[in-house]
Amino acid sequence: MPIRKVMKANEAAAWAAKLAKPKVIAAFPITPSTLVPEKISEFVANGELDAEFIKVESEHSAISACVGAAAAGVRTFTATASQGLALMHEILFIAAGMRLPIVMAIGNRALSAPINIWNDWQDTISQRDTGWIQFYAENNQEALDLILIAYKVAEDERVLLPAMVGFDAFILTHTVEPVEIPDQEVVDEFLGEYEPKHAYLDPARPITQGTLAFPAHYMEARYKVWEAMERAKEVIDEAFAEFEKRFGRKYQKIEEYRTDDAEMIFVTMGSLAGTLKEWVDKKREEGYKVGAAKITVYRPFPVEEIKALAKKTKVLAFIEKNITIGLYGAVFTDASATLINEKEKPLMLDFIAGLGGRDVTFEQLDEAFSITRRALEEGKVEKPINWIGLRKEIL
Amino acid sequence: MAESPFKADIERAQRELTEKMTPGAIVYIPGSSVINKTGSWRVFRPEFHRDKCVRCYLCYIYCPEPSIYLDDEGYPVFDYDYCKGCGICANECPAKAIEMVREVK
Ligand code: SF4
Ligand code: SF4
Repeated sequence: MPIRKVMKANEAAAWAAKLAKPKVIAAFPITPSTLVPEKISEFVANGELDAEFIKVESEHSAISACVGAAAAGVRTFTATASQGLALMHEILFIAAGMRLPIVMAIGNRALSAPINIWNDWQDTISQRDTGWIQFYAENNQEALDLILIAYKVAEDERVLLPAMVGFDAFILTHTVEPVEIPDQEVVDEFLGEYEPKHAYLDPARPITQGTLAFPAHYMEARYKVWEAMERAKEVIDEAFAEFEKRFGRKYQKIEEYRTDDAEMIFVTMGSLAGTLKEWVDKKREEGYKVGAAKITVYRPFPVEEIKALAKKTKVLAFIEKNITIGLYGAVFTDASATLINEKEKPLMLDFIAGLGGRDVTFEQLDEAFSITRRALEEGKVEKPINWIGLRKEIL
Repeated sequence: MAESPFKADIERAQRELTEKMTPGAIVYIPGSSVINKTGSWRVFRPEFHRDKCVRCYLCYIYCPEPSIYLDDEGYPVFDYDYCKGCGICANECPAKAIEMVREVK
């Protein structure tokens, strides 16, 4: 029988790792993710998890050790956030390019400067081009579940790409919620023993990994990474379906909420989706046709699901905790590109919110709402990007 | 001239190597890098003066490629397909039997 425990998302991530039985964990502490490797090292020390825990001197080394271990042919795990993830940047490309199905938990945290340890998604969003699959969890249960799903997808022969699972700093990493811990046997059946098909070391089968590719071969290698990420879309759907069958919890690349007759749909990711759904209920009571959508899978970008969402509504408004300096928020930018060739498309708006851990309140959502409603009434968007909850008085 | 000890490898690699891109650009044919004739990078070439050579094998030991073999009599043979012209052999040779000369083409 699965047991229910009250725990933080960091602990839920550690439990997910324990259930997935990685053979090597290499990690370096960083706020707000420190508890993940801390808890795992406890599991290892207690003999509850039979794995090698490698203590390293930086995040760059942590992910490098995971690359080495994955290239040798074992399941690996690590966790980090913010500056730590930024320090891993060059190795993230290498992990994806070498097609190593490493899984990593991220406590989504803002980037310096100024120094800030609180939540936004700038850390993972800034890694969107590295070739890693990206999941975003709304709550602690999703943090656990999505890590298991991440292994299932990453290790699929059609994919073979690393995956990261993000959950919001403090809002989730340090907040306790009841979490169902699935039975080990069911997880074992779901994931199976890790059997690397391409990357492993065996003296009887000498291979070269991490090769040099001249201009005559580099593009083909990159194309295959891109193609694998495209294939991941289908594999993710399959993994979601199998997960639901075995564990009873349903996941979708984009989860919709009261969207059926919505004139305005607000789209977000992570824990903000919880707030947004509550707020949509309030707006519905006020008589507005408003819906919400939560993006659970950001890479590969859910192109078809965004198109389907766009068909349902007159305005698509994105509320996102990141900013591409020099343009808009990343999710809005990606969604816009997705819809560019559609004949009929809704008006689109981008709202930057909650950077560096600022609470996103109903008042701020109402601010976004009044701008969105004006666009709907006037049938045009004057300013695609708006920062909400901005303290204009101190600017 | 002595035969390259890599001859069998080169032939096997040429036979088995396909250009087909594998996941992760993994190369499944060990030793297939012999196909890349790195000698084209060379600016200086080692020229061997057999009359001065004392057959100490230092050049043979130090060549990092390795692109020096030994013939039946124990004299070094230079494989210009792979020699990158680093000059280590010339530097190490106690008998000054190796002279680095600029490649002119
Ligand atoms: S020049 Fe360098 S590479 Fe060429 S034979 Fe001498 S030591 Fe070897
Ligand atoms: S180092 Fe000089 S003397 Fe010794 S074997 Fe090589 S060429 Fe001959």
